[in-house]
Amino acid sequence: MSVPPEYLPLSLVVSATLFTIGVGGVLLRRNAIIIFLCIELMLNAVNLTFVAFARQLGVDGQVFVFFVMAVAAAEAAVGLAIIISVFRHYEMVDVERFDLLKW
Amino acid sequence: MIADALFYLFSVAAVVSGLFVVTRKNPVSSVLFLVVTFFSLSGLFVLLDAHFIAAVQVIVYAGAIMVLFLFVVMLLNLGHFEGEQTDFRGALGRFAAATVSVTLLALVARAVLGLEELGGQGVVAESLAGAPDPVGAALEARGPVGAVAGPLFDEYLIPFELTSLLLLVAIVGAIVLARRREP
Repeated sequence: MSVPPEYLPLSLVVSATLFTIGVGGVLLRRNAIIIFLCIELMLNAVNLTFVAFARQLGVDGQVFVFFVMAVAAAEAAVGLAIIISVFRHYEMVDVERFDLLKW
Repeated sequence: MIADALFYLFSVAAVVSGLFVVTRKNPVSSVLFLVVTFFSLSGLFVLLDAHFIAAVQVIVYAGAIMVLFLFVVMLLNLGHFEGEQTDFRGALGRFAAATVSVTLLALVARAVLGLEELGGQGVVAESLAGAPDPVGAALEARGPVGAVAGPLFDEYLIPFELTSLLLLVAIVGAIVLARRREP
């Protein structure tokens, strides 16, 4: 069961909307974990674009989604480790208060 | 058609729960709404002929990565706020977020939907004009797993092996970063 190829623009609009929600979330929230969630949302929006285009341009798009997922998993593991390490130091995850590198 | 109805259902579910991810105060509900988004996206992947990717999406993203997030939220005990305490930015931050989001969405929507006005020469029009359906052919010939596995172990073999190195580095990095330092 699949939708006809004419659904490509609609898929791209859904993907763009999700990506935009992710960008807005990164700018709106101060909680480092929520910012990470929004980054995952953006990565998935891009995956949707890859899959939508893969139907007309070849299976390579789906292979790329595979690599995006691997990179996202690695990024989530390292990022959460950094958040835990920062939390041990500051006892909170508010990104506005990590100002050690500000002058 | 049931496929069309499902496409709209999953699209709306993905966008609405995506909005909830950003607007919920409690990080635990944000994580759970992101799981809903990922499930809806995997439904969209099935409708777009990416069956194996949809399965991986559920197992890796909704299963493994989101459990990791939920685990960290609970480990750091971020689930509850007292009184008026919130992690949303102030008026300036909200204005910036709204402006950037609306501008970005308008630009992308113009690029995707405004192709006829722009002369119809965009990548979407070209892609639809060709429309040889290579994924459908690969699915016929090799099945849902083989269609992705074929190119993955053939022309993308070296990137695939490098991915294992990336994951190894990520594991070591995560352990080194999150380890409790002995005084």
